[in-house]
Amino acid sequence: MTEVTEELVYQRPESLTQVHTHYCPGCTHGTAHRLVGEVLDELNVRGRTIGIAPVGCSVLAYYYFDVDFAEAAHGRAPAMATGMKRTHPDKVIFTYQGDGDLAAIGTGEIVHAAGRGENITVIFINNAIYGMTGGQMAPTTLEDQKTSSSPLGRDVSIAGYPLRMCELLATLDGAAYISRQSLHDVRHIRRAKKAILTAFKTQMAGLGFSMVELLSTCSTNWKMDPVESLEWLRDNMIPYFPLGDFKVAEAVKEL
Amino acid sequence: MAKGRTVIDEARCKGCKLCVSVCPQEILAISSRLNEKGYLVAEVVDADGCTGCGMCAIICPDVCFTVYRQVPVRAR
Amino acid sequence: MARELWKGNEALAEAAVRAGVVAYFGYPITPQTELLEYLSLRMVRLGRTFLQAESELAAINMVYGVACTGVRVMTSSSSPGISLMQEGLSYIAASEVPVVLVDIMRGGPGLGNIQPSQGDYFQVTRSCGHGDFRPLVLAPATVQEGVDLVYEAFDLAEKYRTVVIVVADGNIGQMMEPAEMPPMRDISTEQPDWALVGADGRSHRIITSLFLSAEKLETLNLRLQAKVQRVRENEVRYREHRAEDADILMVGFGTMGRIAQTAADMARQKGIRAGVFRPVSLFPFPSAALETRSHQARRILVVEMSAGQMLEDVRLAVGKDYPVEFYGRMGGVIPLPDEVFDAVEKIHAEMCHD
Repeated sequence: MTEVTEELVYQRPESLTQVHTHYCPGCTHGTAHRLVGEVLDELNVRGRTIGIAPVGCSVLAYYYFDVDFAEAAHGRAPAMATGMKRTHPDKVIFTYQGDGDLAAIGTGEIVHAAGRGENITVIFINNAIYGMTGGQMAPTTLEDQKTSSSPLGRDVSIAGYPLRMCELLATLDGAAYISRQSLHDVRHIRRAKKAILTAFKTQMAGLGFSMVELLSTCSTNWKMDPVESLEWLRDNMIPYFPLGDFKVAEAVKEL
Repeated sequence: MAKGRTVIDEARCKGCKLCVSVCPQEILAISSRLNEKGYLVAEVVDADGCTGCGMCAIICPDVCFTVYRQVPVRAR
Repeated sequence: MARELWKGNEALAEAAVRAGVVAYFGYPITPQTELLEYLSLRMVRLGRTFLQAESELAAINMVYGVACTGVRVMTSSSSPGISLMQEGLSYIAASEVPVVLVDIMRGGPGLGNIQPSQGDYFQVTRSCGHGDFRPLVLAPATVQEGVDLVYEAFDLAEKYRTVVIVVADGNIGQMMEPAEMPPMRDISTEQPDWALVGADGRSHRIITSLFLSAEKLETLNLRLQAKVQRVRENEVRYREHRAEDADILMVGFGTMGRIAQTAADMARQKGIRAGVFRPVSLFPFPSAALETRSHQARRILVVEMSAGQMLEDVRLAVGKDYPVEFYGRMGGVIPLPDEVFDAVEKIHAEMCHD
């Protein structure tokens, strides 16, 4: 009988605090937090990272990362990050933003941060709805999707079309790495982590703006249970928000 | 003989069932026990079936899982 | 240091450089833009951070980001731009991080025009963002005074960990006057214990303006109000011109304080005892000093380039029964000394009848 020992395969990332999250059961914000925590651990940069939380469900992200954190006005995190990075280029600066924060009120800031090639990393959580305020239509709410402010389903002739932020920002020369991933199953979560790692490496190599959009769920406001929500994401969001890398600068390929 | 072991931090669990839905060995289930927050917590129903694959830990949004794997000790 | 001829906006910019400002973020808007242009070269030459943002709204949040890391930072703008910055200013005030803001006022409301105006008195002293907070507001009347106040504003911002606004009308931003620059301070390297610089070897720090519990938010507000009280007690500033024996005391700030001075001298030549009380700190307003001075004067004439906003602080200071008159022009029209003198003469005539 060969002797056997136990090897630790998975444990809680150090870059996360012990605080229990307030997120709803099954909410993939928690998954996204964990992936960022794992990446900060692996790159060993927790002690020189500064995070910026948005306004939205993840406004309290600063309780969950054992990282110096500021809380930005709605949509303004990329501007705060710009200021911080330019005065502290040795720090690792990342924003964590929802779809209302980044693609509605903060569209100006994100476009210009990417256009300037700010050396920051943006974690963009797209769950196609305003979570914290109770489920209103967001800039990424799908056509015909019912929300508390599009009760008959999003009518594109009135509310326009959902915004594909990766494709939009990928056209900007300042963008070095833009990728859209999903958190709806284990395989895609593994891929999302790789993309987040690449994004932070892009920043640390000073190659310019990096963003990872993470398709996420909001079972409470989608009015589904967590397992169904993952399936709904796969069947409805991915067709409209295709996954993959939308911009990979040459230098990023060599990372 | 179990090739792995997964430990659930019940205090963090919110009973969202995602782990149950992905465990390839189907050894996880939602128990009838409530944690402090009032969630029915997940539990390992057949520890022997665990391979230590870690999928539960990857899908869990609340970082409830610590996973181990049996590793043969190479003869010295 | 030698006295040189400086354009207001550029002098204020250089004063900030001398004060050790590390980063500037701004946006073009007349009549303030030369401040930004000056720094676009000067800051880069000194290896400091300069960025023209996509909007004033973005600029103030870039400033907020830098302020959270505990280094000296500023922005500047004019009236409409300040309106866009108000949300950011409120977050900054609530987070108790030091920021200096220069506001070169223009004609309003709306797009208004690029003429000088004082129509933002309420904006900067009362409502420069939501919630209970009062920035320290200083109003220079000359380029030299502007230089000195901007230079000191950084110390005051750090002393009280708040927003300090140096506010002047377009005149002072645009005109040239001799001024002497203060000595160049080196960039401070010490980091305040609240600054976000990376939780290396310590637990993380959080800077937020979110306090979901009412009690916690009230505690923050009590702390902010205690700060306001300390500011009221320590930072009142004003200047007087021939006020000691004035029957008619003119009250005017910034450019209007200077114009009132000329009008007072004209009146004196005509045997009318006129003087000037010029608030330099608009918040804290020099109420006590004005109230004391009002006992020995017989009339107060408030002069502003607005519909009368500081007027309310004057009335609050001297009480509702005190005879307070007002003379003002709006739209960027500058009341010249002879107009103000006419107003003094009219009051003097009425006084003699009583």
